[in-house]
Amino acid sequence: MGWRVVVDMDLCESNAVCMAVLPEVFEVRDDDLLYVLDETPPDSMRAKAEEAVARCPKQAIAIVEA
Amino acid sequence: MLRRIAVVGASLAGWHAATTLRREGFDGELTVIGAEAEPPYDRPPLSKAFLATGDENKVALAGVADRESLGITWRLGRRATGLRLAERTVGLDDGSEVAFDGLVLAGGADVRTLPSLPVGDGVHALRTLADARALRADLDRRPGPVLVVGAGFIGAEVAATCREAGRDVVLVEAAAVPLERAVGAEIGAVCGALHRDHGVDLRLGTAVVGRDASGAVALGDGTTVDAAVVVVGVGVSPATGWLEGSGLTIDDGVVCDGTGLAAPGVVAAGDIARWPNALFFGDSMRVEHWDNAIDMGAFVARRLLAGDDWDPAEVFAPVPWFWSDQYDRKLQMAGRATGADQMQIAGGTLEERRFVALYGRAGRLVAAFGMNRPRHIVQSRGLIARSCPWDEARELAAAWT
Ligand SMILES: Cc1cc2nc3c(=O)[nH]c(=O)nc-3n(C[C@H](O)[C@H](O)[C@H](O)COP(=O)(O)OP(=O)(O)OC[C@H]3O[C@@H](n4cnc5c(N)ncnc54)[C@H](O)[C@@H]3O)c2cc1C
Ligand code: SF4
Repeated sequence: MGWRVVVDMDLCESNAVCMAVLPEVFEVRDDDLLYVLDETPPDSMRAKAEEAVARCPKQAIAIVEA
Repeated sequence: MLRRIAVVGASLAGWHAATTLRREGFDGELTVIGAEAEPPYDRPPLSKAFLATGDENKVALAGVADRESLGITWRLGRRATGLRLAERTVGLDDGSEVAFDGLVLAGGADVRTLPSLPVGDGVHALRTLADARALRADLDRRPGPVLVVGAGFIGAEVAATCREAGRDVVLVEAAAVPLERAVGAEIGAVCGALHRDHGVDLRLGTAVVGRDASGAVALGDGTTVDAAVVVVGVGVSPATGWLEGSGLTIDDGVVCDGTGLAAPGVVAAGDIARWPNALFFGDSMRVEHWDNAIDMGAFVARRLLAGDDWDPAEVFAPVPWFWSDQYDRKLQMAGRATGADQMQIAGGTLEERRFVALYGRAGRLVAAFGMNRPRHIVQSRGLIARSCPWDEARELAAAWT
């Protein structure tokens, strides 16, 4: 089963919490915007991605089963 | 083997403890006791998006909508009033008792008020959703200036939210500089100036004396403020009243060991818990931040389940982290500036209101406070976690533009 990381950019406030949890996938750059580096990370990152979902103070991140 | 676990406090720490217990395979009886009528919700929006919009969707906490699927007995609107440690029971305010083998104390903190300014008749405190609803209703009902007492993070957010809604705001702080204990005098002054930038009437070094019959609030400097609505934001104290005399050590929080254990089979997490943080020279800490309630709630759930099998070397030693939204600025802090003997500005300037302040103690980076520098706060957090030497941190930060 594939899965995807989706960020609701209307909710995201670029506080980079997700980047602290999973820098391979989430990056807040100099322009203070969040970039999703890899929308379909490997399964080995699933637990970390779920942690990022729980930790996002804006609840802007979702994991969507493809 | 634990068969019955009780969680006291149905908020952020309690919710994460309970869900972690289930995720880790605990399939015994799980009871969550919460004094508020609402199932767990998110507090930070109460002074931000909820206060601005009144939209209750803003306080929804992920996963809570499915709370009935977890096999938890929810005792909401019920307060725990007594702990009998030897008998392993918690007494509730309806006279009933909940028996447990394992107990999670996650009662958070109660908002402090001022004897000179009793809540009611336009005077508010802000901790719960009920408080926030009442404050919003009063703001709608009473046009005119808002007086905020206390320029800590929550007072500052209320001031900012009200200002952005077009209200005149007077912000009164008893200390000469806001937030001095958290961030030092220089950065505290910048946090204060942020409000003046936005037209807040900031009065420092003056305390509230009282309120007269007309509702005017008298200040220590002899002036009076005629406010339509008053918000008292003078901090919180851990909700430990009911635990006095229980046999647990209570000292500005439930005192735990480095793993969050307060007594055999009893753990504490979130705003209520005090523990020695090995990463910060073993300083005794109590952290009133959102992130800590999540982290520690989950940690102590695992700690409780492991019992005597826990490796004592695995201690709870996080880098505390929080944010505060004020106007168009994101304030964030990682670590603790307590006892700092060095400070350095990087990644911008105080005048731009975009910078990172790094704090060093005993040759190590111990804290970083940022205004609109989220990325560098995340980086700093990593550096603090690995006890980065001060000189190395300064060098790295010199490249932050
Ligand atoms: C307005 C506001 C804005 C905030 N903004 C931020 C922010 O921007 N960033 C940040 O990092 N943090 C922020 N915080 C702090 C953050 O919300 C808290 O750190 C967090 O809620 C702590 O969670 P907790 O579960 O430990 O305690 P709490 O959320 O205080 O919950 C404890 C619960 O236990 C219940 N309880 C207490 N005693 C008993 C008892 N004897 N029996 C039954 N139930 C009991 C209480 O009623 C309460 O519901 C904010 C807090 C407030 C109030
Ligand atoms: S944690 Fe949430 S709000 Fe923060 S940058 Fe990531 S997605 Fe955005």
